[in-house]
Amino acid sequence: MTAMTRILIRHEFILGILFVIVLFAMASQNDRFLTTANLLNQARLMTEVGLIAIPMTFVIVTGGIDLSVGSILGLCAILLGVFWQNLGLPLPAAIGLSLAAGTAAGFANGLIVTRFRVPPLIATLATLALYRGLAEGISQARSVRGYPDWFAVLGRGDFLGIPTQLWLFALVAAVGIFVLRFTTFGRTTYAIGNNEAAAEFSGLPVVRTKLLIYTASGFISALAAIVFVSRVSTTRSDMGSGIELEVITAVVLGGTSIFGGRGMVIGTLIGLCLMQILQNGLSLSGVRGDGTTVVIGAVLIVAVLISNLLSRFSSD
Amino acid sequence: MSRRLTHTLGSLGQEILLVVVILALFAFVGVYNPRFLSENNLTSIFVGNAYIAVAAIGMSLVIISGNIDVSIGALIGVLAVISGLLVTNGYPIWVAWLAPLVVGAAINAVVGCLIAYARVPSIIATLAMLSILSGGLITFTGGQWISGLPAGYQLAQFRLLNVPSPVWFMIGMTILAGFLMRYTTFGRSVYAVGSNPEAARASGISYKATVVKVFAIHGAIGGVAAVLFATQLQVIQSTTPVGLELVIITASVVGGVSILGGVGTVFGSTLAAILFAAIGSSLIFLNVSAYWLRAVQGILILATVLADMARRRRTG
Repeated sequence: MTAMTRILIRHEFILGILFVIVLFAMASQNDRFLTTANLLNQARLMTEVGLIAIPMTFVIVTGGIDLSVGSILGLCAILLGVFWQNLGLPLPAAIGLSLAAGTAAGFANGLIVTRFRVPPLIATLATLALYRGLAEGISQARSVRGYPDWFAVLGRGDFLGIPTQLWLFALVAAVGIFVLRFTTFGRTTYAIGNNEAAAEFSGLPVVRTKLLIYTASGFISALAAIVFVSRVSTTRSDMGSGIELEVITAVVLGGTSIFGGRGMVIGTLIGLCLMQILQNGLSLSGVRGDGTTVVIGAVLIVAVLISNLLSRFSSD
Repeated sequence: MSRRLTHTLGSLGQEILLVVVILALFAFVGVYNPRFLSENNLTSIFVGNAYIAVAAIGMSLVIISGNIDVSIGALIGVLAVISGLLVTNGYPIWVAWLAPLVVGAAINAVVGCLIAYARVPSIIATLAMLSILSGGLITFTGGQWISGLPAGYQLAQFRLLNVPSPVWFMIGMTILAGFLMRYTTFGRSVYAVGSNPEAARASGISYKATVVKVFAIHGAIGGVAAVLFATQLQVIQSTTPVGLELVIITASVVGGVSILGGVGTVFGSTLAAILFAAIGSSLIFLNVSAYWLRAVQGILILATVLADMARRRRTG
């Protein structure tokens, strides 16, 4: 156990150093980078990926994966627009229903993984297609605009000088840190990732824990959809496509083992910030958005390679 | 022995089922709208989708070996552009036809090495490749289409015995791959590695070499698919259809390749690709919005996966 903590500290230590180096490199490249306005704006842009990365940390710690988060985001965004504009519901009710739909989508993932024992990779790859397909079918390529001003506060407004959604993100992250670190539920999550069969034989509620985690992943993806729609004040069916890649990269970069059993929410947060400043710094120095996805892909591979290397040293 | 017999029968059952479903679909839609069975429409179904069936052959090998590749759609896009750039820059046509095979094999051999030697899970390695290839492609081409292709380059528009060449490629490569998988040592080692890597290793089959070979072959087959994709129109689009990798994976899985590895044939995946193409076309003839296509595909893959899991549990 102490050896494991040591590795975690080491991984996060390396990550922290890397973060500082990148921060300085970016700051020396461009004057606009290290300003409060820019950093707060980057934090705002990071929120949707960040929100989903919290439950994704739990999912990956159990040894699973959830590829459908981007599709759930798209589906919930579309449903929000449909409930509000096409069905004429009040916006708060539409938000509530959209969150419920996302939770149900996550619950369905959990059921497929636990009851039918489909490997999470394939289960969520299938629902990735299904949920995105539903979003496309329901929206028929129509976008919804014209949301009321009060709704934009969530995605574009400030509260006490800090972007509104950042408070929400801080809350979700705090809950994530607390649950994974200090509760029985968190310990069960690690136990499942280390050895699922052993966890089951020790009488731990494996099925219920996994079901809850996938459901939470769906709920938070829906929450991210609400924030996203509020920020860009429009809904389209392709919203959030490919976001799963950024989320998984942040989690793995943060030191969570893709094989399960190891990882912390704090690490995910550092990984997230590192990725965001890397993207921001690159785009400030003239690399376009598509170029930065190349960097994210490369960073993901390097992150897993380093993590594999570290775990090999520790096992010797 | 009897287990292999059940497997053979099981996967054969899937193929017979697919043939029945395809015939039923053609009969049903044909009765509803006779123009569905016109030669024009049949040609467009097969010619426009043969590249998907071809790519699904390689994907089947990858999944049988117990891995997955979500970057194939992006790879096809990159290879198609490479082919187009070669031919418009004055290289001989045969170079433009063969280069995608070589480059595809080389790129995927690297991916195979990452998976086999550096122990990066295939989903992570190929997610990262998806990001690198698709981001790189858009950055490089700026989204522009390639036009001004010389006469004689459009391989996919050739006909032999009045049958379009993509159909010949689809049939020929399916038979070739079927032979490779059924009657060669390599084919057996792919099944062995997929169904039980430990046992394969113990019986002297190199897991690492097999995985690298599988990915290299998959890349070369992807090159053939890219040439068919690039030569079907007078221009080469610098983007492939959204979610192409999912359609290809779905074709493999619905064609009877078990998601858990070790089981399946390439015949099923070709039939499944034909079925998808027919479904896509029939939606139009049944006056159903094409925006529902992805949802239908999602339901199909989910149903097949659940059936596969149920069958596995029954046979033990």
